[in-house]
Amino acid sequence: MKRTRIHITTVAMAALAGVGLLLAGCGSNANPLNSSAGSSSSGSSGAQSSGSQSSGAGSGGASSTAGGSETSSGTGSTGAGQTSAGSTGTGQQPVVIGSANFTESELIADIYAAALKAAGVPVTTHLNIGAREVYLQAMHEGSINLLPEYTGGLLAYYDKTSTAHSPTDVYAALQKALPADLEVLKYSAAQDQDSVTVTKATADKYHLVSIGDLAPVAGQMTLGGSSEWQTRADGPIGMTKLYGVTFKDYKVLDPGGPLSVKGLQTGLVQATDIFTTNPAIEEDGFVVLKDPKNMFQAQNVVPLIAKSAATPKVTSVLDAVSAKLTTADLTDMQKTINDTKANVADVAGKWVSQNGLG
Amino acid sequence: MIGDIWAWLTTSAHWTGADGIWQRTLEHVEYTLIAVAVAAVIALPIGALIGHTGRGTGLVAGTANALRALPSLGLLVMLALWALGHLPVGIALQTASIAVLALLAIPPMLTSTYAGVAAVDPAARDAAEGMGMSGGQVLLRVELPIAVPLLFSGLRSAYLQAVATATIAAFVSLGGLGRYVIDGLAQHDYPKMAGGALLVAVLAVVGDRILAVVGHFAASAGLTSRRRLWAKTAPYRSSYPAASLSETQPEVVNAARQ
Repeated sequence: MKRTRIHITTVAMAALAGVGLLLAGCGSNANPLNSSAGSSSSGSSGAQSSGSQSSGAGSGGASSTAGGSETSSGTGSTGAGQTSAGSTGTGQQPVVIGSANFTESELIADIYAAALKAAGVPVTTHLNIGAREVYLQAMHEGSINLLPEYTGGLLAYYDKTSTAHSPTDVYAALQKALPADLEVLKYSAAQDQDSVTVTKATADKYHLVSIGDLAPVAGQMTLGGSSEWQTRADGPIGMTKLYGVTFKDYKVLDPGGPLSVKGLQTGLVQATDIFTTNPAIEEDGFVVLKDPKNMFQAQNVVPLIAKSAATPKVTSVLDAVSAKLTTADLTDMQKTINDTKANVADVAGKWVSQNGLG
Repeated sequence: MIGDIWAWLTTSAHWTGADGIWQRTLEHVEYTLIAVAVAAVIALPIGALIGHTGRGTGLVAGTANALRALPSLGLLVMLALWALGHLPVGIALQTASIAVLALLAIPPMLTSTYAGVAAVDPAARDAAEGMGMSGGQVLLRVELPIAVPLLFSGLRSAYLQAVATATIAAFVSLGGLGRYVIDGLAQHDYPKMAGGALLVAVLAVVGDRILAVVGHFAASAGLTSRRRLWAKTAPYRSSYPAASLSETQPEVVNAARQ
């Protein structure tokens, strides 16, 4: 029996350890980048900055399910920048940039980082954090203080009932809806919306032009999209409410990433949420269904920043970025990243220097 | 937090339907068992052969350890994208997920099988050969039965590895308890996420206990404490029932050992 007893103990210990880790994980997810924020806000000396790098890498890995290593490497490289800038004695609080867990968000975050660094502002990055529900939590807790955002999505998060849909209306409503410690700087003309997208074959077969055309056939179709879109107001819920479109099933894919594209190509799903700047739409001849009832709001790219970090210098740099950035730029850069597997930060840096911001 | 998790777990609506806990648990168990079965079919014969012949040990140890180091999530996404393009859509993602889980379940079973077989007392092997058994007979009738406890310990490790990792199937749109973990994270619904993780832990412990008990009885009485119990009660038995000795192998083994 001795042997068996050892096993019971081992398993019990393992289970306890598992639960412990799990709870620790919840803690760090509710507050994903807490540890790093503490040290980077105090990080004026080289030693402290390197401390913030390592803790940042740790919590980045714990909080993001994918691309943990990218997060930490990004932290490492920009952390070095922070050290040098900090030691020049500007006395400025470092800007900690976060991003969502999809390429475009990471790309824009890298653009912000490159432009700010070029202007001599100390920056740290924590990219690839997760869904909006997760990274805004980090923003509220001060672990990050700058994020690339989309006006409509952000508005829907703070004000689920808003009916604004044009870029200016959404931006105005967003400024009112934001909590007191956060603000959005000038928005860019660049837009990237969620969409209900189908293949050309599906569109032809059922004569689909707008989302409403799905109503008679959606009952036989599976819709794809991210976990978070499944419960958002501009997701399946909005489609049912506005267009009377209810799908047979919902398959959770990635947020507009390769799985969504492949899933649509192969018929795993018949319609899916693909971001409108995704180069695959053009390459595969996908049809983005029209949204006449404005379920999807304007989604201009906008920097969301903590008021405490929005110094005049930071503001002017980010405004300059927003003024130059276009939807076509976003699509092109993502195409470059997809096709050549180029490093996102490199592509971002190139854009910054090409546009005279670096 | 604990209260929220408890509330999530005890809401009866969360247990039924296509997204209910029963359904998700069933899916989770299904992926795990298929993966472990596939891994067993691959690992047991190879492990037994290597343990028996003593050849290729280094190669297997190296391969098994390399397999352990595979980043399962990255591999899964890669395989899933490949499978979607090359296999029927209905089974593509399941196949990819089960392949990844099986790859993770192979190393513990492979190493414990060859270690179990290789560790058999040479005296037992000699005795068996002396009785005129062929190499195959020695493996099947002597070495493998003696290795059963180790085989099961490998099986249990493999099960734990597979059941814990099966959560990532949800990453490529499949079901299983990982659905709660991944959706809960993205939807900022932490009770759901933690509840899901807790259920995985429970499933791991329960399955492991079941396998431990099965393993205990699958192993020859001569190798386990059942033998000791048998010996203790011996004075109270009038005769030695022949039924319990229907398997001759343990006796051969014990005879050889003594």
